[in-house]
Amino acid sequence: MLTKRIIPCLDIKDGRTVKGINFVGLRDAGDPVELAAKYAKSGADELVFLDISATEQKRKTLANLVLEVAAAIDIPFTVGGGISSVEDVDLLLKNGADKISINSSAVRRPELINELATTYGSQCVVVAIDAKQIDGIWKVHLVGGKQPTDINLLDWAEEVANRGAGEILFTSMDHDGTKQGFANQALAQMSNLVSIPIIASGGAGNTKHFFEAFTVGKADAALAASIFHYEEIAIPDLKKYLKEKQLPIRL
Amino acid sequence: MNVVIIDYGAGNTKSVQFALSRLGVEAQLSSDVERIKMADKVIFPGVGHAATAMSKLVETGIDHIIPSLHMPVLGICLGMQLMCEYSHEGDTQGLGIFKGKVQAFDSSLKVPQIGWNAISKLRSPLFKEVEEASYIYMVHSYYAPLSEQTIGVCEYGIPYSAALAHKNFYGTQFHPEKSSSVGAQILKNFLAL
Repeated sequence: MLTKRIIPCLDIKDGRTVKGINFVGLRDAGDPVELAAKYAKSGADELVFLDISATEQKRKTLANLVLEVAAAIDIPFTVGGGISSVEDVDLLLKNGADKISINSSAVRRPELINELATTYGSQCVVVAIDAKQIDGIWKVHLVGGKQPTDINLLDWAEEVANRGAGEILFTSMDHDGTKQGFANQALAQMSNLVSIPIIASGGAGNTKHFFEAFTVGKADAALAASIFHYEEIAIPDLKKYLKEKQLPIRL
Repeated sequence: MNVVIIDYGAGNTKSVQFALSRLGVEAQLSSDVERIKMADKVIFPGVGHAATAMSKLVETGIDHIIPSLHMPVLGICLGMQLMCEYSHEGDTQGLGIFKGKVQAFDSSLKVPQIGWNAISKLRSPLFKEVEEASYIYMVHSYYAPLSEQTIGVCEYGIPYSAALAHKNFYGTQFHPEKSSSVGAQILKNFLAL
């Protein structure tokens, strides 16, 4: 049986991990490769690297990092952050990334999804969607959730699936950082609407939240950052809990 | 050991190369027919669309070479599917090494299937020291049906071939290079064939 996936997300700036890293026993907490290897060993099902740097050398630095990660870890990983062209994607996939994630660039030019799916296959195209509610209606936001658009969340989810996305990474900006649980209602609506896998993101605070994202929210995977980095939840404990709750989980 | 990974522009070759490197084997990437023929082991990866990948194989003439090889050959993911008779993805004629027609998953399922699934009914030296119901990583929208060449079974809506074997040819629908320690064991077993 296909299992539900647990995905730690690592924020990367200039080739280094940012955001509080609290792991015991790491020689260099800022080293994404060492952190990735640690997560892989602890039972993470996949990893996501989100590059938030804005330097001119960004492309080259990120490509080098991808190569190092691919050499070190034996689970799949996705790379995102500022990817806007087929050339960007080509470089990252050639260096060993399994999937790439696009966000604002897909909203600005939706054809990019079709181009990537045709060239490399849907399986490596993740479309990340940041959204929050405005007057009770879910609207897609750009630039890390700062810039609102007129686009309705579910319309966009349907469109990206039709254009060939292999997966949707949905982050609720209303829930992100709150540690009050995922946006389960919106997740369930999205999951019923499109026939591609959905990764839930934003709001994880405890193990029960993950259980609810998979059951109420019908998510196929759940992503979190700080609760893993600060070891508020250890991945082996989380997976054991979910397995005890009868969910299909890889232990 | 001379291991060649067939490089025809349709595979995550880097990851396969790294996985072998972690096992102490430095494999070469090559599309050169003579180099492929001289190898001790050949790995045939593949991702993307069946028709696109097949046309690349035809362009390079590798389509004729693969079925004639006598050393152990391992097709991975789309590589395995192209080794079958036919794929419904893009109405694609395959290499005809494995029996059966590759078909699309039922539309009631989430497609692609992405993630870790359990393999069972293991019966091949490829799975030496691999336990029943071990988890492996899958990413695919099409599958090869069960046949007498099936050496490992997975379930997604229905049971299907997670791995196939015929003579010196092996194929895995899953990605051993991305399947953690279980995958590493399978690659190790392949190298030992």
